[in-house]
Amino acid sequence: MKLLILIGLVLLIIAVHQLMRVVELSRQFKKGNEWTVTDKDNSFNGKAMLAFGFAFIGFFFWQINRWGDNSLPAAASEHGLKIDALWDYNIYLISFVFILTNAVLFYYAYKYKGKKGVQATFLAHDNRLEMIWTIVPAVVLAFIIIFGLKYWNDITTRSSDANKITIELYAKQFDWTARYAGKDKVLGSTDYRQIDGGNSVGMDTLDATGYDDILVKNEFHIPVNKEIEFKMRSRDVIHSAYMPHFRAQMNCVPGMVTTFKFTPNKTTAEMRKDPYVIQLMAGINEAREKKGEEPVEFDYTLLCNKICGASHYNMQMTIVVDTEKDYKVWLSKQKQFKTLASK
Amino acid sequence: MANAQSINLSEHVAHHNHAHDHDEHEESFVSKYIFSMDHKMISRQFLITAIIMAVVAMTMSIIFRMQLAWPGEKFAFINAVLGDKWGKDGVLDPNMYLALVTIHGTIMVFFVLTGGLSGTFANLLIPYQIGARDMASGFLNMLSYWFFFLSSVIMLGSLFIEDGPASGGWTIYPPLSALPEAMPGSKLGMTLWLISMTLFVVSSLLGGINYIVTIINLRTKGMKMTRMPLTMWALLITAILGLLSFPVLVSCVVLLICDRSLGTSFYLSDIYIGGRPLDNVGGSPVLFEHLFWFLGHPEVYIVLLPALGITSEIISTNSRKPIFGYRAMIGSMLAIGFLSFIVWGHHMFLTGMNPFLGSVFVFTTLLIAIPSAVKAFNYITTLWKGNIQYTPAMLFSIGLVSSFVTGGVTGIILADSTLDINVHDTYFVVAHFHIVMGLSAIFGMFAGIYHWFPKMFLRMMNKKMGYVHFWLTFICAYGVFFPMHFLGLAGVPRRYYTNSAFPMFDNLVDINEIVTVFAILAALAQFVFIFNFFYSMFRGEKAPQNPWNSNTLEWTTPMANIHGNWPGSLPVVHRWAYDYSKPGSENDFIPQTVPLLEGEHDGGGH
Repeated sequence: MKLLILIGLVLLIIAVHQLMRVVELSRQFKKGNEWTVTDKDNSFNGKAMLAFGFAFIGFFFWQINRWGDNSLPAAASEHGLKIDALWDYNIYLISFVFILTNAVLFYYAYKYKGKKGVQATFLAHDNRLEMIWTIVPAVVLAFIIIFGLKYWNDITTRSSDANKITIELYAKQFDWTARYAGKDKVLGSTDYRQIDGGNSVGMDTLDATGYDDILVKNEFHIPVNKEIEFKMRSRDVIHSAYMPHFRAQMNCVPGMVTTFKFTPNKTTAEMRKDPYVIQLMAGINEAREKKGEEPVEFDYTLLCNKICGASHYNMQMTIVVDTEKDYKVWLSKQKQFKTLASK
Repeated sequence: MANAQSINLSEHVAHHNHAHDHDEHEESFVSKYIFSMDHKMISRQFLITAIIMAVVAMTMSIIFRMQLAWPGEKFAFINAVLGDKWGKDGVLDPNMYLALVTIHGTIMVFFVLTGGLSGTFANLLIPYQIGARDMASGFLNMLSYWFFFLSSVIMLGSLFIEDGPASGGWTIYPPLSALPEAMPGSKLGMTLWLISMTLFVVSSLLGGINYIVTIINLRTKGMKMTRMPLTMWALLITAILGLLSFPVLVSCVVLLICDRSLGTSFYLSDIYIGGRPLDNVGGSPVLFEHLFWFLGHPEVYIVLLPALGITSEIISTNSRKPIFGYRAMIGSMLAIGFLSFIVWGHHMFLTGMNPFLGSVFVFTTLLIAIPSAVKAFNYITTLWKGNIQYTPAMLFSIGLVSSFVTGGVTGIILADSTLDINVHDTYFVVAHFHIVMGLSAIFGMFAGIYHWFPKMFLRMMNKKMGYVHFWLTFICAYGVFFPMHFLGLAGVPRRYYTNSAFPMFDNLVDINEIVTVFAILAALAQFVFIFNFFYSMFRGEKAPQNPWNSNTLEWTTPMANIHGNWPGSLPVVHRWAYDYSKPGSENDFIPQTVPLLEGEHDGGGH
């Protein structure tokens, strides 16, 4: 290996040396010099700019065509659908600006490529034009801001729904635990000093409201069409609870409890029958087959989205959205903290 | 024409040698090339250090891109570079992956695009373009470089220690960065990172104060603020931003050092790690984030504004037209500079910060789009009806306008807290900031190097190699960063060692492969530049007095690196810098030293 590198280095030096000789030899045969820009250069680069402009915009559409259908499926939560609508509105707008501006730029770069003897137009400023491109963006941005903030307020307002379900997502290097309030609908208090092997989330063992709390790992269930209020905590470093299918994300910060709420509107079973999801999974399973891996079914996933250490890339939990009935059946089978602790 | 220029040049040199003979005898090798206080030499020192740092950071990106495209595949290259510990059997170690992305980001943002870009061009251009003999304080200027050098050495040195360099991301959020138990990179590597960055800030402040003082006080006769080239305005605003924001990074870093070493709890609370609960109570990582981004966001503009200034100058010169809307360009840079201090919270919508505060930051952030749009449209209008001379510098400048727009528009999405929820910390963000900040700034830097190389090294760079370099770089850069938007739309988080742990990302393999192939090609293309740069430095054609027929003062100095820049008295300025193709003038450029004719208006009137 070392020898290979050495040979590579020697070859590189020889290549550089040869290149220098080529440059110097060619210098002798040239009439002009190596740096003055000629009409030929301007013509070549101007045309290349135009060609690039076309290729660039073509590449943009090619990518949409090829990868657009790899995007996340439509949101599976009520507020997520609003985000999607706002997203579409914004993305069309910026795509329009992106294409128009780049098109004009590369067209001008082509159209006004230099020629000897041509005089450029002396134009230092034009108040009317400058007004236009100050005011138009300002007005458009005003709309973007107003709509964005309206939704942001709706999404981040504290839950006032009496029937909401509160779930704690507890992050640590490198897994998640979900905690349900149990029959008393109150999450027991916690104390990080009480963390140990049998008490991984630091339940306060003196607080009786926590005894009926339910702790699950690897997979947690939530009922459809019911507001879920998440309370996020972390044991060690900052993590981020990212549930992309629901358009939900919030950091988990040690020493703080953060919140995010949403109402799922499609069960996992319903999602698996969605035509878009079916084609998405077909693509995924095709890729898995190539790698020699088993096919999978669609699942909602919770990911960690804040760098947290070596296994950050594999900190996950499956989310199952059930019908209310299935959810209750599932929940009744889970163990309560007290029984866990007494083991 | 060329002959006349070269005669002119030799006359100048002869004149200067005669006048300043005694000066040059005093210079030893050390005081001329190492501990130099001359702005031109310091500028070259910054540039060459930055090029070395950039090569390191680029190599890192190739290594982690290979892992992302072909996870788990064995590469002799990776083993050869990283050795058996971090690249066992040619597979990248997950901890080293995080270290590479961290140091890649740190080097690119601070050492290349802040130290390298500002350090090179502020030092080179400020005395030249305002007509000063040197910086206000040559000594501070020298210190600025040597602090930069020292911090570069420490940052590179941290790559070779046992536990590896800092690896908590370039934003080094605690507790991850504060707790050695959290990851190996938070041991000695993090300490070195913090020391290195503190020295870096010292360098940046020494430089910044000097730049501001020089521009304010040492302008030559007639060089009113409103006659300064836009490069000067950009570098002035950049220096002010740095002066006001970098100290906050130091306080942020010092508190982190206290938490790491002295047992304080500024950023730590309720933590259980390494099998035991920590005593720290009451601190908050969110405080760190506020302090960090109070620098971190202005930093984006510290990186970007010099590039925008450089390209304003180059686009105007090579379109053979005045820059369109000179005063609007200054106004928009001032607006961007001001707003950059009140937008930092847009990095923190989802950190647990009060959502109402988030709303305020949405508002201020989106306002930045207005001056940015003005700048982009003004660039394009400058091209309109121009007579564009395609020097390599001009190509890169047009590349900057494209990337500034292309990356800028996705900023409108990310600044909107509602839309940020789902793409925050995904590859959509990676695509956005690499295009709008990374590409724009590096294109600006390349443009500046090609344009002012004759001033720096008194020789010309080869244009053909410049063309090859530009087109390969431009095409590959979009090939690398544009597809990343689609990873983000599929919900792929950034800083993942591999995407293969999640079946939902299995259909995205080809995007990662395409990105990596383009990245490797782009990296190879940089060798064309490096060859051209070093070759031309020694063997390039001798530069004439004013190769680009430019108006600014630096082209009136003799083509020799002399003390005091101008032999004899300083030039007197009579007009703004943008009288290109002015009606009624014989030449298509009128240098700033040419007096106004009777009845002629300055500043674009005619």
